[in-house]
Amino acid sequence: MSVLVVTELEATGGFHKMSWEAVTAAQQLGAALAAPVHGVVIGRNAAEQAQELAGKRLDGVSVVQHAALDDYTADGHTAALTAVIEQLAPQVVVLPHTYQVRDFAPKLAARAGRPLVSDVVEMRVEDGSAVYVRQLFQGKMNADVSVDGLAFVSVQSGSFRGDQAAAGDSPAPISSVEIEIDPSIIRVRPGERFQESKGEVDLTAAEIIVSVGRGIKDPENIPLAEKLAELLGGELAASRPICDSGWLPLERQVGSSGQSVAPKLYLALGISGAIQHVVGMKGSQTIVAVNKDESAPLFEIADYGVVGDLFEVVPALIAELEK
Amino acid sequence: MKIFVCLKQVPARDWTPELNDGGDWIDAEDAPVEMNEPDAYALEEALRLKEAHGGEVVAVSAGTQEAASTIREALAKGADRGILIEDEHLPAADALATARTLAAAIAPESPDLVLTGLQSDDAGYGQAGVILAELLDLPHATLIVEVQAEGSTLKLKRELEAGWFQRVEVDTPALLTIQSGINKVRYATLMGIKKARKKPLDRKTPEELGVTLDNMQTITRLYTPAKSKQTVFLKGAPAEQAAQLVEKLRHDARVL
Repeated sequence: MSVLVVTELEATGGFHKMSWEAVTAAQQLGAALAAPVHGVVIGRNAAEQAQELAGKRLDGVSVVQHAALDDYTADGHTAALTAVIEQLAPQVVVLPHTYQVRDFAPKLAARAGRPLVSDVVEMRVEDGSAVYVRQLFQGKMNADVSVDGLAFVSVQSGSFRGDQAAAGDSPAPISSVEIEIDPSIIRVRPGERFQESKGEVDLTAAEIIVSVGRGIKDPENIPLAEKLAELLGGELAASRPICDSGWLPLERQVGSSGQSVAPKLYLALGISGAIQHVVGMKGSQTIVAVNKDESAPLFEIADYGVVGDLFEVVPALIAELEK
Repeated sequence: MKIFVCLKQVPARDWTPELNDGGDWIDAEDAPVEMNEPDAYALEEALRLKEAHGGEVVAVSAGTQEAASTIREALAKGADRGILIEDEHLPAADALATARTLAAAIAPESPDLVLTGLQSDDAGYGQAGVILAELLDLPHATLIVEVQAEGSTLKLKRELEAGWFQRVEVDTPALLTIQSGINKVRYATLMGIKKARKKPLDRKTPEELGVTLDNMQTITRLYTPAKSKQTVFLKGAPAEQAAQLVEKLRHDARVL
């Protein structure tokens, strides 16, 4: 029995940050199951990047590099990983729940005729078997899920700590997986990647986030939140309705359709806490909610709550920080 | 273009789920139901493509017999016919079982395009569309925010992470999962509702389609997530609240 963890390379070359969260999850699961853990890296520069992965405590690292895999496609990724899985015969395949994984992992699992337990927030082992916890009904319910036989598992952003991926005593052995890929199996033609806004923002890297919701009422009030973010040395973010209205660019959106973040401090201004937003920020270390409505669901997960008018509270906070 | 759109009927978003006696699924008997919101965007996109390029929109759903009302809603908005695969176990089916059921109904129809929503508001697997593409041997593209059909080529815009997008192209037949917010969903008109009554709705069962509903991911327990935090509420006038908050963030939480 073994665990395979699938990492993801960014189009720009390095590892997607959530790769390390998946490595942590796989290491913890491997330890609990007393099973070896292998990593796989796939795509352009895979051989070059494999060193960094091999520095983690893993029993082996497989590298898959092929001209047909240089630009990501679900068809190419599925063919390549199917070959890796046949070779290594793992019992569990752990993946980060990135947009890319959502694009190919259901296909990969279906090709193997196996289930993908998606968006897992917690794992544990009971009587030698893995139990996966995932959320249903938009976070209103949790489910314990078990799978008999090969399971594919994608882990939700922020549920495992990437910085806790254990380093190995010595580099894990790296092996190259030779695969044949007939280019004609790739049916989708990937094109240009682009940003519509300036795109200097990486909310996932921010340590402090000030986030605004419908309570901000008017685009004219955004600078107030922006000033607070600046004073705290943080980034400004928003819930979906704010971005849909065009008050802030989409890249600043936190939530199920935006980014998932886990900063040290998440300060939510006028955000009620609909689950679509909460899934994107609940992993934050410290959560502060400012809301007029004391029954706002966000208070359920907040460490600190301020029931009050944000147009009074935020200027007071700015004054306090400027002291 | 022959377009199939997959629609799921789900408990209404504001409904608070109640557990069944076994504690492994919900008791949805009294739950108000609605068309899964992400699927409504897929339906709208299907209708717009038909209006621009001609053809047919077929609404297909795998659910209980009540899901007929969701198909009727689609017919009222402009879909041409519906297929309902009904079984009381379908709402609790996992993504693979659901996709197998849908595939069995769709495959014989050889559609040019299959559209699905991004994920369901109930189980939220976010997988049925992509699995369906694999089972139907169709190429797929996900998180689509723009569709342009030029002959048999689809020119698409996909949403990536962190504000990035990508252009991709694929030839039909193909399957797309549609990102919520791609369009503005229409309402059914009274005339549409009236017409819908006369549109064909074909009912099948998984058995008739040769599908055995067999969940490979077993939910052993469903439960309300534990409240993980004890919220400290800061009292007083705004200035006092602000002072206490900054103090606590600096010295208790140590995040400033």
